[in-house]
Amino acid sequence: MSEVMIITGTRKGIGRYLVDYYLEKGFTVVGCSRSPMDKEISGYEHHCVDVADEKAVQNMVREVNKKHGKIDILINNAGIASMNHVLLTPLSTVNNIFSTNVFGTFLFCREVAKVMCSKKYGRIINFATVATALDLEGEAAYAASKAAVESFTRVMSREVADYNITVNAVGPTPVMTDLIKGVSDNKMDGLIATQAIKRMGEYEDISNVTDFYIQKKSEFITGQVMYLGGIT
Amino acid sequence: MREEIVQIICESLTDINEELDYDSLKNATESTEIYGGDDGIDSLSLVRLVTDVEMKINEKFDSNVLLASEKAMSMRNSPYRSVSNLADFAMGELEGNS
Repeated sequence: MSEVMIITGTRKGIGRYLVDYYLEKGFTVVGCSRSPMDKEISGYEHHCVDVADEKAVQNMVREVNKKHGKIDILINNAGIASMNHVLLTPLSTVNNIFSTNVFGTFLFCREVAKVMCSKKYGRIINFATVATALDLEGEAAYAASKAAVESFTRVMSREVADYNITVNAVGPTPVMTDLIKGVSDNKMDGLIATQAIKRMGEYEDISNVTDFYIQKKSEFITGQVMYLGGIT
Repeated sequence: MREEIVQIICESLTDINEELDYDSLKNATESTEIYGGDDGIDSLSLVRLVTDVEMKINEKFDSNVLLASEKAMSMRNSPYRSVSNLADFAMGELEGNS
């Protein structure tokens, strides 16, 4: 029986890539985003869910567990960003960012971990960002939300370790997605210059880390945040 | 409905007790103490019990109740004290959920 994986934020970008990537590898992939997918993907199940909607998340997780009898892997990819100076950032923007990035991650972790606890097995991967480690100007709300995700990842990893559930995070460098489309070339060049390996991230860089975290042999790896590009 | 909930809780306690092997949890009934008393389970086992019971109740009654809610945590008399207390709390949540 194939491993069952939930990926959030699958309509585009990294999430969309991960759907194809793990379907190809034979996983049972279930995903969600606020909107429907642009086209049907054979073998993939999509749910229209706002990750910050507690009842919707509960319903989705329950349906997936009912249908497949287990959830082995959760990849909390859904995230939003907003590049702006603190003094020009409306509270509503910060609310939105924290709702999706922090509360959404929390809700999926909580609900999926309940299923994983009953099976005494699970792999959870959250999404961090190098913006936190770099204290990037113009990304205060985004970086702070992901700092919360990092801390949450470390604490949760301890709380569920007895159930053979690992909780880790991957911190990508900028990857060419909608999330960074508003960032100027100058700023992007400056950011990449701070990396040890000076290039944009690729989707494959991320799946390389998720592959590592989800493999059975990684049972001794938990509470870790792995940044890409040589950021520490 | 309450009897079904009590049965769910007792079954979950029995499952958890396969590892704990507490005498007090063998043949669990409505009056069995769960948490906070002399014969209660540890906090990690409580997490597992509440999670397990919550999932089973939501599946059986097609509901979305949370048994580890703010309300549960702030109640003067903990709903986790005994099977009976937890059943009462779950009943209340189910009725509010419908």
